[in-house]
Amino acid sequence: MDDNAYAGLLVDDAHWAFGEAAHDDPLAGMDLTVPDGIDPVELASYCLVLGDDALVLGHRLSEWCSRAPDLEEDVALANIALDLVGQARLLLARAAAADPALVPDLPEGSPVPAEDALAFFRDAGDFRNATLVELPNGDFAETVCRVLVFATHRLALFERLSDHPDRALRGIAARGVKELTYHRDFAGRWFVVLAGGTEESRRRLEAGLATVWAHRRELGEDPQAEEVLGRVLDAAGVTAPDVRPPAILGGHTPHLTDLLAEMQSVARAHPRGRW
Amino acid sequence: MTRSEWPLYEVFVRSKRGLNHVHVGSLHAPDDALALRHARDVYTRRSEGVSIWVVRSDAITASSPDEKDPLFAPSGDKVYRHPTFYDIPDDVPHM
Amino acid sequence: MTAVEADLAAGFAATIAAGDRIEPRDWMPEGYRRTVVRQVAQHAHSEIIGMQPEGAWITRAPSLRRKAILLAKVQDEAGHGLYLYSACETLGVSRQDLTEQLISGAQKYSSIFNYPTLSYADVGTIGWLVDGAAICNQVPLCRTSYGPYGRAMIRICKEESFHQRQGFELLATMMRGTDEQRAMVQESVDRFWRPALMMFGPPDADSPNTQQSMEWGIKRHTNDELRARFIEMTAPQAAALGVTLPGNDLDWDEFWRVVKGGGPCATERIAHRKQAHDDGAWVREAATAFAAREPREPQEPRGAAR
Ligand SMILES: [Fe+2]
Ligand SMILES: [Fe+2]
Repeated sequence: MDDNAYAGLLVDDAHWAFGEAAHDDPLAGMDLTVPDGIDPVELASYCLVLGDDALVLGHRLSEWCSRAPDLEEDVALANIALDLVGQARLLLARAAAADPALVPDLPEGSPVPAEDALAFFRDAGDFRNATLVELPNGDFAETVCRVLVFATHRLALFERLSDHPDRALRGIAARGVKELTYHRDFAGRWFVVLAGGTEESRRRLEAGLATVWAHRRELGEDPQAEEVLGRVLDAAGVTAPDVRPPAILGGHTPHLTDLLAEMQSVARAHPRGRW
Repeated sequence: MTRSEWPLYEVFVRSKRGLNHVHVGSLHAPDDALALRHARDVYTRRSEGVSIWVVRSDAITASSPDEKDPLFAPSGDKVYRHPTFYDIPDDVPHM
Repeated sequence: MTAVEADLAAGFAATIAAGDRIEPRDWMPEGYRRTVVRQVAQHAHSEIIGMQPEGAWITRAPSLRRKAILLAKVQDEAGHGLYLYSACETLGVSRQDLTEQLISGAQKYSSIFNYPTLSYADVGTIGWLVDGAAICNQVPLCRTSYGPYGRAMIRICKEESFHQRQGFELLATMMRGTDEQRAMVQESVDRFWRPALMMFGPPDADSPNTQQSMEWGIKRHTNDELRARFIEMTAPQAAALGVTLPGNDLDWDEFWRVVKGGGPCATERIAHRKQAHDDGAWVREAATAFAAREPREPQEPRGAAR
């Protein structure tokens, strides 16, 4: 095209979200040998926990698409969802490579890759995610609180994983750190804005925070995350809610079953399908 | 419902070192900080190493392309003029 | 017409005749301004409403790779709407006004998005045929006479080519899958082919605005020209996929019915958009209130910011 003002911007497809997603093998080029002294089964189970968290929250955030408060926020939430789905894909693939016994059985000759078998052919009882990520979306304020708390905890964790002995997990975490820093900042900024916006936004924010706070313990005790969240709440002039964690039987709420029924419907209808 | 439209911002991106910032488009944001975030999300998909400027459209002073133009009598008008309502007739949509 | 106006009109005509762009602050005939606003607004609305039929499948995408691709695609459509609303804003019409006119039904969007999406194959078919038809319509618009519209289109067309490729690639992959999947693809193509052809608008003889729009350089080809080009381009692609295209006979009564809001999903599409807009009102208000209260962040003296 002549007179193309964007020549410098549109250099290659890799910088579009699609560029990342297009690869067939998410772990292409990664060294997948499990290092000495690491139990592959434990490594796989750990990757599964991290992968399921990302998958389920990525799914919830993708539900915002075409429903956000404005177009700019629609694009922003989709970016966060895309990052998390990307993390899930890598982590589930890593889990499957480390411990193939985790992968559910599929019919003979099914072309479904291992990470998809894990995402689409396990039942709710086998999912390892925290209940925080499976709760149905509330309003925008609740989503802001959820992303803030989730990203802050996960960022602290991923920073520590940067010296994990498994090279693949280390690589995944290093990439995730950049993404999560952005998620945390996005949610932190909105947290402060909604706290200082209108009476209504403040009320909604506090309600959202109470919901999220009740499920926070499952993410683990983490002084670093604690400290960061404390600073954000301070900046917003919000006090941490005094809420008790809900008693949840069997590790999940019924919402996860509903979420999976929808998410897995097409894949399960075509166990031999190619997509 | 009160009408609450965020101000318009113009976005300029330096896509790599050695190039000027180029105007790439506009967006709405409540303030400068969110405008910068929106610009990253919308216009660069957060690719690294790019430099972004955002500036409120109403802070830009522009020359008039044609001094005879009666609509722009005082030269040095704002680029962003106040919204006017256009009644747009039904028609065949073009995609 | 006063002497000054005659002078301005002559300048406008000369700019168009030279194939140059009209820029926001140029003098332009009122009819030109109105036509640009109408066309760009309809285009923007189409991008935004167009998020819904495919967006409905994001939560059911059958693989993680497809989930990411579809989400990225629908996200692009939000971006396209955003670029185009911005182009309209250079003519002094706000996004808020345009959104209200979309919701009230005062402005239209492409009727293709009033058809339902019934299977995951529709994601592929929409990418291949609907985005494909959009590309045919839109590539010439990169050279449209109104500068901001043309510049938005350059960016949009770049992204649309990914949309068409991902759609075609999904269908091609499904065609290599099970018999059931192949049947899904054919069924989907059967439903979308004629509506896709109708995206080019009514036959030239029934398109009263085409002539003026072409003279002004807003439109660059007639509806029938573009439709014929699309059919020609698509035939070999269909053969490569192994699907049969239904005939090219079009029912224009149905077309006009759908355009006038009679499509199967028209009410639900607008209701969905209205809901998002209404639900977001408190967020937009809160952010505005916050920005009004916060002092503008102090500007560090940085010398020439270049
Ligand atoms: Fe588009
Ligand atoms: Fe598209």
